[in-house]
Parts: sequence; C-alpha cells; structure tokens
Amino acid sequence: MSTSTQQYVPEDSVLPMKPPKERFSRYVRARMANRLIKYYFLFSILALCFVLGLVIFFIGKTAMLTFAHISFADFFLSFNWTPEEDHYGAAGIIINTLSLTALTLVMAVPVAVGLAVLIAEIAPKWIKNMMRPVLDLLVGIPSIVYGYLGLTVLIPFLRRLSGENLGDGLLAAALVLALMVLPTICRISDEAISMVPKKYREAAYALGSTRLQVMMRVVIPAAGRGIITAIIMGMTRAIGETMAVVMVIGNTAQLATTLFTPASVLTSNIVMQISNVEFDSTWNYALHMMAFLLLVISFILILFIRYLGRKGSDKA
Amino acid sequence: MMETTRSRKMQRSLVYNKLATGTFYGLGALVLLLILWLLFTILSKGLPGLTLDFLLKLPEDMDAGGGIGPVLFNSFYILFLSLVISIPIGVGAGIYMAEYAPENKLTEVLRICVESLSSVPSIVFGMLGLAIFAEYFQIGLTILGGAVSLAFLNLPMLARVTEEAVRAVPNDVKNASYALGMTKFQCIRTVVLPMALQGIITGICLVAGRAFGESAVILLTAGLSTSGEMWDFNLFSPGETLAVHLWYVQSEAIVEDAAQIADRSAAVLVIIVLLMNLLFRIPLWFNNRKLKK
Repeated sequence: MSTSTQQYVPEDSVLPMKPPKERFSRYVRARMANRLIKYYFLFSILALCFVLGLVIFFIGKTAMLTFAHISFADFFLSFNWTPEEDHYGAAGIIINTLSLTALTLVMAVPVAVGLAVLIAEIAPKWIKNMMRPVLDLLVGIPSIVYGYLGLTVLIPFLRRLSGENLGDGLLAAALVLALMVLPTICRISDEAISMVPKKYREAAYALGSTRLQVMMRVVIPAAGRGIITAIIMGMTRAIGETMAVVMVIGNTAQLATTLFTPASVLTSNIVMQISNVEFDSTWNYALHMMAFLLLVISFILILFIRYLGRKGSDKA
Repeated sequence: MMETTRSRKMQRSLVYNKLATGTFYGLGALVLLLILWLLFTILSKGLPGLTLDFLLKLPEDMDAGGGIGPVLFNSFYILFLSLVISIPIGVGAGIYMAEYAPENKLTEVLRICVESLSSVPSIVFGMLGLAIFAEYFQIGLTILGGAVSLAFLNLPMLARVTEEAVRAVPNDVKNASYALGMTKFQCIRTVVLPMALQGIITGICLVAGRAFGESAVILLTAGLSTSGEMWDFNLFSPGETLAVHLWYVQSEAIVEDAAQIADRSAAVLVIIVLLMNLLFRIPLWFNNRKLKK
C-alpha cells in the first residue's frame, strides 16, 4: 500500500540559502510563500476552533443565567413547562428526547445493520454499486422534506391505522427519524464490515461454517467497534434533528406516556418558542440551557467514539 | 453420497443460512422500494403543477396562484455566500490537518475541536447566529446572518472531506516532488491539490446539497419573510429560503393553495439537491475518462 511509504518533508534549512544572484527573487518568493501559506492554513484551523469557542461561549453564557432565576432542581426535576406562568421544568422534555432517540434506534439499527451486511457481504457487485448511491441520495434529501412527508403521508396513515384522532407523537417522529438515520448507520457499518480482513472469513469457512455463521460469529464481532461508532453517529443525528421532528411530534410540552401523545423534545421546543421570546427573559435563558444540554450530549457522544477508536488502534 | 454424511445440526445450519440470505435480500428490496416510493411520492405530487411561472413569480399572501421566485433566489444567494465564506477556511483547515499537523497533544485537541464542531446540532448554530446578529449587532434577521451561520455549519464538514481527500494522495508522489527541490507549498499546490481535487469537489457538493436544504439555521437567522422583490442582492434584507418557505407554507400560511405550494416546493427542493449532486460529478466523470485513456 502506498501509505506505508513515509513522507520526507525537506526542512527549510535544506533549501539553498544563498542562491545564484539572477534567480534570487524566485527562491525568496518560493520560501516566503511557503512560510505565509503555512500560517494561513494554521489560521484556518484556529478559526474553526474559534467558531467552536463562540458556540460554547454564547450558548453557555446565556444558559448559565437560567440558574440565577430558578433553581437547578426546578429545571431538571420538574415536569411542568409553562413559561407563561414562570414554570420552567424541562424534565419531561429531556426524557422525551431520550426516549425518542431510543425508539428511533430500536427501529433503525436492525434494518441498517442488516442492509450493511447485505451490501458488504452477500450481494453481488451490481447490487452494491446500485445500493450505495441510492443510500447517499437518501442522506441528501433535506430534513424539512422528511418532515413534510411525515406530515402529509405518514400521519394520515397512522391515524387510519390506529384510530387515534391525532397521529402526532413519538411514534411518528421516531419513524421519520429512523428513515433519516438509516443511511448514516448503514454506510458507516458497511465500511466497518468491508474493513474486516479477508483471512478471518477464509479461516471460518475453512472450518466448515455456513455464510450466516461466518457473519454472526466472525464478521460482525470483528466489525463491532465500527458498528457501534455508526450507531452513535446515527444517535447524534437523531438527537440534533429539528425540522423533521417539529412537524410530526405535536409540540405540546408534556411527558409522552404513550406513542401517540403529542409531545415535544429539546430541539422542537427551542425552535417553536425562541423567535417569540424576549432576549433578556428567564424563558430565553431556559431555552439556551436546553441548547447547551444538546451540545453537552453530542460532545459526550463524540468523545465516546474517540475512546472506542483509540481502544481499537491500541489492539491492532 | 454427501446427503448421508450430513448431520442434523449441519442441515439445520444450512437451512438457517438459506433463510437468512433470503431475509437479507428481502430487507434490501424493501428499503429500496421504500426509497423509490418516497421519491415517486414527492415528484408525482409536485411535478404536475410545476411551471416556470411558479418558479419566478412572487408569493401571494392571501390569493391562490403565488410563486416562489424570491425564496428560490434567496436559497441560491445564501448558499453561494456561505460557500464563499466557508470554502477558503474549511479547505485550509483540512489541508493543515492532513499535511502540516505534527503528531502531538495540540493536534489531538484540534481534531477533537473539529469533531465536536461537526456534531453540534444545526439548531444550535441557528441560536448562535441569532445571538450574534440579532442581539449583539442588532441588525435583525438578514441574509448576511443566515449566510454566516450556514457557513459555520459547513466548516467542519468541509475540513473533514478535504482532510480525507488530501490524505488519500500517495506519499510516493509527494516525495518525488520534494526530490525535485520543491518547497512544501509548491508541492501542495502543484501535486497534492490537483490529485485531491476530485475528492474535494465531491465533498463540496455534498456540503452544498446539505446547506441548500438546511432550514433550522435559516429559520432562526434569516427569518420567515422576504423583501418582496425579485433579485434583491441587499445583504441586510430578510432572507427566507425555499426550505424555510416549505415549513412556513405547511405550518402558518393562510393562502388557499398552501398544500399545492408545499407539494411543488418540496419537489423543487428535492430536484435541485439531486441535480447538485449529479451536475458537480459530470465534469469529474469526463476527467476520469480522460485519465483512463
């Protein structure tokens, strides 16, 4: 493989210090450009970090003001979210977010991993070459279009199926989200499964395993870390998704006790209310606290993926 | 003869294997059908009423028959501005991570920064834009605010795709160029970038497709209204985009033909995103064929 070749970057000092006179300016120009461009690239990456800093600073600063007005327990332990009457209990909304994510994953993961196994292991080449672009296409469809389809197609369907008056709720949102995270999980698992060395499979086949046994006992365990990474990536997408969810979940700030209770999650609650509130109000601070929670959750998930990746490279 | 030597357990495994293969194929067919049905639904609902008139006309507040002209224009305008802002920085950051970053703690921190930034939910970027432009600079909901916030969203993705594309360039080629006495920058400009260009452009169109359909950020930073004029290049007018318009029509609009407008907008949105992914690839495809000859 080409990556095994090391790269030998010349030190600046190796380049001729005192070039022939007539070509002096050319050398100087090349070296100047070399130096300047390096600083430009460094500046770009620092700009990226600066943006992250801005996000944490602006959201965090406003979020912390929440606790000047209400206590920690009021926010995290109370189920009563009626900002008009000064009750800012986000517990119900937080639990809804978690249960929505869990429900989404329960529906999406088996299908996505199964599809990944099909694409990477079983299907002949032409099916692979067809499925991969089709899945990429699914990623490309804007989230608002998923929401619109959920609202115009899925909810009437659920209404007929269940006999409920309203089809909105966790189930509708989870179905829409499952479709959205499916390609994400599938593509990353597909990559992880394709990365499993061929010799593992051959060894298992040599022992007389059927293809199912090879997949279940050798390939999937060997690709396990990659598949978990894929699932977490799907999770971050499901937790942060806003517009598709807001159109089908019903937007009522209460704890979802059944699959068809109109409810609200962190993202949908923020987007429905933030344009209508004063900037300097506890309401706005509490909404920022919710956004800050979203940030914290996604950072924890990302760090967990890194931890998995590092453990993997230690072993190898 | 084989049949007699097969134990019961073995036969069971073989049956399971057949069943599982069938199930996996069934699953694949089901998902494929679902995707095709989705596309068919969107396009069959929206395409019939789609005329050039609809694409260019101003939206109506009350009466039926309005178009999506300014909204569509804003979509492209904001996308263009956000790419202009984010491509130089995002690509630069990607090149730094692939080519310059030394292997030390600082690089680890930078990498964690990029990954964390790419995991930030889009709504949070919307709130950041709201806090910076509407609260801090007091300029309200504008095209400028939308474009800058969207650029923030693009940055980490651009950095990642660039880094991947640049890393894929083989070291042999780079070493060959160093052996000719090139400086690092000359090597990047004349060897690495041309070779990585295909990957970078594919990445940029994926990012552009995502940014074009992004609604949460624009809703919070560019608002739910337009200036009511076609071809309004003013950076400080409100900039509702097509994706946000779809949301507005679905949830709040009171025009008679809201449902039809939503159907058509969704179709236009999907077609444009798909075209973006295809069109960017055609020149690359030709390029590839040339290389193969």
